[in-house]
Amino acid sequence: MMTASRRSVCPGGFDSRQLRHEFPIFTNNPGLVFLDSGASAQKPASVIDCVADYYRTDYANVHRGVYRLSARSTELFEEAREKVRRFLNAAEASEIVFVRGATEAINLVSQSWGAAFLKAGDEVLISELEHHSNIVPWQMLRDSLGIGLVVAPIDATGGLDLAKFEALLSPSTRLVALTHIANATGALVPIETVIRLAHRQGAKVLIDGCQAAPRLPVDVQALGCDFYAFSGHKTYGPTGIGVLYGRRELLSAMPPWQGGGEMILNVTFEKTEFQDPPHRFEAGTPDISGAIGLGAAIDFIEALGRGSILEHEEALTGYGVDRLSRISGLQLLGAGQRRLGILSFDLEGVHPHDLAQVLDQHHVAVRAGHHCAQPLLESLGYPATTRASLGVYNDERDIDRLAEAIETAREMFRR
Amino acid sequence: MMDLRELYQDIILDHGRHPRNFRKIEQATHFAHGHNPLCGDRVTVYLSLGGDRIADVAFQGRGCAISTAAASLMTEVLKGKTIDEARALFAQFHARVTGGEPGVLPEPLAEDAERLEPLTGVKAYPARVKCATLSWHALEAALQGDGGTVKTE
Repeated sequence: MMTASRRSVCPGGFDSRQLRHEFPIFTNNPGLVFLDSGASAQKPASVIDCVADYYRTDYANVHRGVYRLSARSTELFEEAREKVRRFLNAAEASEIVFVRGATEAINLVSQSWGAAFLKAGDEVLISELEHHSNIVPWQMLRDSLGIGLVVAPIDATGGLDLAKFEALLSPSTRLVALTHIANATGALVPIETVIRLAHRQGAKVLIDGCQAAPRLPVDVQALGCDFYAFSGHKTYGPTGIGVLYGRRELLSAMPPWQGGGEMILNVTFEKTEFQDPPHRFEAGTPDISGAIGLGAAIDFIEALGRGSILEHEEALTGYGVDRLSRISGLQLLGAGQRRLGILSFDLEGVHPHDLAQVLDQHHVAVRAGHHCAQPLLESLGYPATTRASLGVYNDERDIDRLAEAIETAREMFRR
Repeated sequence: MMDLRELYQDIILDHGRHPRNFRKIEQATHFAHGHNPLCGDRVTVYLSLGGDRIADVAFQGRGCAISTAAASLMTEVLKGKTIDEARALFAQFHARVTGGEPGVLPEPLAEDAERLEPLTGVKAYPARVKCATLSWHALEAALQGDGGTVKTE
């Protein structure tokens, strides 16, 4: 059953079908409908080539050689940091710390800032929408320091319950750590309000921007957040690289969390003087090619235009909600007032793993399971769901292919 | 890619929809929980042993069509078997779904093993092997009698 109009140019002003030619994965997997960008996005040729070219022509270690190649490598690495600064509109490049991914970014804050500035009785406030990487580091800190870990609930629509969130804020709240977009449901959190409320109580705010960074413009100065974390691989960049943005005053006051080369000024066996941020938090040889590749991914995103990408994702999310809602027995998980880029659903009588298996047969790649957000799914009443998440290369035809394959599965498992 | 109908044969779909022995044994002599953290599937296997023979076996839980059908078929073949026979069936089934060397079972058991054949389609789908073996791992844990939870991870 094919439905819907076919627009040649998608909302956002770029043609996803054409854009697909820039992603070699689609050339090498003809017919692939990739709807798992929320787990990891595919890479444009510009990113793949940039990493390969760097190894071919400019590679050497950074920040240590006096020879030209090392200087060139350092220049490219620091250029990538500047691109990330621009991407987040941070005030200074020194506020951009390269890490392995958002998980490491959150662990860095927890182990450095948390261990240095929190004490028993202090509270960290998270929400039910979080995935495991914004839960477990705080639980570890709770267990080692005796801090309180408070969880703000969702409301009946699946969005953050702002009234309850506000009520849970107290003078003991030292940090609010929240997701920008919930990875399991696509719920967009009104972080502007969250940040304002938290700051009014004197709490610092960390935003987990894994799902937001590839989908909407982020301006950390306008938001006023204290930390912002995202992963390169979900942002059309390589795996193994991610970013922690931290306000300069905070990073400057934070102790190192890993020791080694790169992060020191002077070492004797008695004492070590540490570098200023960001190098203080980048012990050892960094993922140089990953950072440079992330810079290329940011170039790719900015060439499309982040406003255009947001428009595209909004239109396609809306189309997906309409299209999937018409499937009998299919229940979309609630995502509050605004959903972006992620469609998580239950199909009555068909287990998500069976559904994903049938979809795979139709060359439709989705995620099935708990999406590393077990507490949220339990709270919504599902042990597992099927999740379709969007990228710049998806269009309405992909949603139609998904819907048709779901109908096939429904027939197959009909009781 | 193989035809999906080889994975979801009619007997699998039937047992997935209408599992047999899907109940709790109130007077169970042994039981254990099985949990696959990857997909959230949970199964509890109940056993009632008379001597070294399985007088009754049943299960409850939630899971995909493969794991439900696997548990259902398992309970059907195990009723009346000795513990040694149950273990021999598991060892052979495990080898068949993981691509190991299945070995030869003596005649009456070979017929039971044949009944499990429709489940062996999972060997072409490595991510699904755990679905087919979860209930068997729970059975083994129940036989060892610790009443705990076995995890596939």
